[in-house]
Amino acid sequence: MAVATKARSQSTKKPAKLKPKKISGAEIIYRSLEREGVKYVFGHPGAILLTLLDLFLERSKIKHLLIRHEQCAAHMAEGYARASGEVGVCLTTSGPGATNLITGITDAYMDSIPIVCLTGQVATTMVGNDAFQEADIVGMTRTVTKHSYLVKSTDDLAETIQEAFYIARTGRPGPVLVDLPKDVLLGDGHYQIPEKVDLRGYKPTTKGHPKQIQRVAEAIKESKQPLLYVGGGAIHAEAHKEILKLAETAEIPVTYTLLGAGAFPSAHELSLGMLGMHGTAYANYATMECDLLIAVGARFDDRVTGKVSEFATRAKIIHIDIDPTAIGKNKAADIPVVGDARLVLAEVNKLVKPQKRALWKKRIQNLRAEYPLTFDSPEGAPIKPQEAIVALSEEVGDKAIITTEVGQHQMWAAQFYNFTFPRQFISSGGLGTMGFGFPAAIGVALARPDKLAIDIAGDGSFQMVMQEVATAVQYGIPVKVFLLNNATLGMVRQWQDLFMDRRFSEVDFDSSPDYVKLAEAFGASGRRIVDKEELRPAIQEMITTPGPYILDVIVDPDELVFPMVPAGSATKDMIVRDSRKKVLRGKLSALPDN
Amino acid sequence: MRQVYSILVNNHAGVLSHVAGLFTRRGYNIESIAAGPTEDATITRIVIVAIGEENELDQIAKQLRKLYDVREVEQISYNQAVTRELVLATIKAPITKRSEIIQLANAFGAQVINMTDDTVTLEASGNDHKVRTLLKAFEGYGISQMARTGMISLPYDGMPDDWEPIA
Repeated sequence: MAVATKARSQSTKKPAKLKPKKISGAEIIYRSLEREGVKYVFGHPGAILLTLLDLFLERSKIKHLLIRHEQCAAHMAEGYARASGEVGVCLTTSGPGATNLITGITDAYMDSIPIVCLTGQVATTMVGNDAFQEADIVGMTRTVTKHSYLVKSTDDLAETIQEAFYIARTGRPGPVLVDLPKDVLLGDGHYQIPEKVDLRGYKPTTKGHPKQIQRVAEAIKESKQPLLYVGGGAIHAEAHKEILKLAETAEIPVTYTLLGAGAFPSAHELSLGMLGMHGTAYANYATMECDLLIAVGARFDDRVTGKVSEFATRAKIIHIDIDPTAIGKNKAADIPVVGDARLVLAEVNKLVKPQKRALWKKRIQNLRAEYPLTFDSPEGAPIKPQEAIVALSEEVGDKAIITTEVGQHQMWAAQFYNFTFPRQFISSGGLGTMGFGFPAAIGVALARPDKLAIDIAGDGSFQMVMQEVATAVQYGIPVKVFLLNNATLGMVRQWQDLFMDRRFSEVDFDSSPDYVKLAEAFGASGRRIVDKEELRPAIQEMITTPGPYILDVIVDPDELVFPMVPAGSATKDMIVRDSRKKVLRGKLSALPDN
Repeated sequence: MRQVYSILVNNHAGVLSHVAGLFTRRGYNIESIAAGPTEDATITRIVIVAIGEENELDQIAKQLRKLYDVREVEQISYNQAVTRELVLATIKAPITKRSEIIQLANAFGAQVINMTDDTVTLEASGNDHKVRTLLKAFEGYGISQMARTGMISLPYDGMPDDWEPIA
C-alpha cells in the first residue's frame, strides 16, 4: 500500500505535532464504523477478532449480532441494505469464517447491494504460509466484489474502511471486502482520513449527458407505443417518483424486473407487472409490440429477454444505467445514457410534455383481458400457493416488507403480491440464492422496525438456513416465515414436469421436519394449515403473535408457475394461461387483433 | 479484431492478476500482455493485445475501467501510438546458410547475439507488422526457440485535438 500512504501524507496537510495519539487497530475499526453511521454488525467470532469483539461489550452505538452461520450474516447485511438503502456490515474471522461469506458476497454483487465485509486474517508475517485458518479471501473474492482490500498497516485502516464504504455505496453499489490481519488489528496506529474521498480511477458518472437526455425526450414524443422497463437500479437510485411522473405524464405503461418490483405500484393502471421468464403475458407481449423500450437501471438479463436476438425487436432502445458496462452488454442501445436513474429521469421529466396514448392503452387492456395473471383453485383441492400469497397480500398489504427465497414461491410472490412502495420486495435475483430470504428478513426487521418482515419461503430453501431461527429468538426479532410447503424443490420439479416427461429425480423430500415443532424447539411459535379456510385466520395469528413465527402452509406440489418463457426461447414461445385458465403453449397466433 | 489496450494501474501487489483475471472471468482472449513501471513509480503500465468482436472490445475497456486499481484505459490504434515488441529467436543456421541468414537479419535491423555451429540467435524489435514479417522470413530456415515480450505502446505526443486517424 505504498501508494496510499504517500497520498495520505499529502492530503492530511496537518503539521505532525497535531497528529492524534496512536490507538489500537480494533479501536480504529470501531471508530470508523461509528463514523459511517453503522448501527448493526452481523458477525461470527474467531480468535483473530478478540480485541475488536471486546469493544462491543461496553459500547452501545453499534450492536453486534451473533449469527449462526456466516453466509447468513452476509444475507442479513444484504437484507438490511436492501431495506434501508444504507450499507450493511458483516464481520467474520479468517479462513472458513471468510469463505462462508462468499455466497452472500456474490449475491450482493449480482444484485448491486452495498455491503462491507470485514474479515479476520492471519498476521501479515504468516500470510502465504498456509497458517491455521488462513485463506486468500482477497484473491477468492476479486471477481465478486467491487473491490477487496488487504490492509497491511494499522495506519492504513481508517482510510481503507472509509474508502470501502464509499465504493460500496456510490456508483453502481456493491460489496467491498476488507481483510484484516491479526497484527494490523493488534497493533497501534493513527486514525487518519482525508476529509473527502478522492479516488483516481473511480469517478462514477451520475449526471446524464444533456444531449442524450434531449434525445430521450424526443424519442418519447415520437413514440406511439412506448414501454418503461424498470430494474433494480431504479430502486437503488430512489427513482420511483420520477418513474411515476414520467409514466403518468407521457402515458407510458411500466413493466418491471424481479428486482424492480416495488419501483412502480403493482396495481397502477399503467403497471403491467413483472416481465420475463415468469412475467405476465401482457408485459411480455408488450415488449414484442412496443416501438420504444426505456430501460431504467436494468441489464437485459437472460431471464428477462429470453432469446435476446428476438427481444423487443420492433423497439428503439433507450438504456439508462449508472454502469457503462451494463449498456450494450447484452442488447445494443440506440440511446445510451450513463447516469443515476433518478437524476437522469428528473431531467427527462423537465422536457416531456403530457401525451395521450389511447390506442396503445386499449391494446394493453385487451392483452390483459385475454391473458390475465390467474390460477385455478377448485373446491376441495389443496391450498394453491398463489391463493396463499393473494391472501397474505390482502391481509397485510403495505404493512409488510416481503423477502423471498428462490424458486416457484419467489415467482408467485413477485406475480401476486400487491407491491406499493420501493424496497417492499426483497429477493435474490441475479445469483438466485436459496436460503437468502430468511436471513435477509432478519436484516429487514432491524432496518425497518415500523414494518413487518415476512419471508415468503419454500421449504427447500428454508431448510438451508433454518438455524437462524435461533438468532431471531435470541434477539427477539419478530420475523415471520410464510412457508409454502410442497415437500419438494418445486422449480426444478416444474422443469422436470415440462421438459423431462415428468420424471421427477432428486427433488422430492421424503422426509421433512415438523416445522411447528422446529419453531418451538428454537423457542419461536408456529402453526400448520392445510385448509383454505384456515389461511386468513392463520395469517392474522402469525402477524399478531409477538416474536419469530413459522406459518407452515401445506400447498399443492403439482402447481406450476405460468406464464413461462422456456430458457433460451423467444418471448413469443411463452407458455400462458388464457382467460379460461387453459394452458396454451406458444400460441401468439391466438392473440386478439391489434 | 485485435485491439491494443494501454492500461495505467496503481502499482499494488496483485493488480496484474486482477486485470488478467478479468479477461479470464469474462471469457476474453489475451494475445499478449506486457507490464512494467512508468515515469511515476506508483503507476504501472500494462499493455494487452486482445482478440474479440467489435462490441466485445469496447466492453473490455469498460470493464477494465471499473476495476478500482485501474486509472486509465486507452484503446490504441496504430495511427495514434507507437507500438514495439522485442523478439529473441534462435534460427537453425547450418554453415551453408549462415551468411544468408545474417544478411536477412541485417535487412530487418536485427542483431546477432549468439552463434553456434548450427544456430544463430537474433534480437529484433519492431511494430506488430515488422515482427510478423521478420518471423515469416525466418520460418523457412526453422526457428528452434523463440521468446517475445508482448507489445508495449505509448501514444504519440502532441497530436492536435481535432486530428482524426485514418481508419
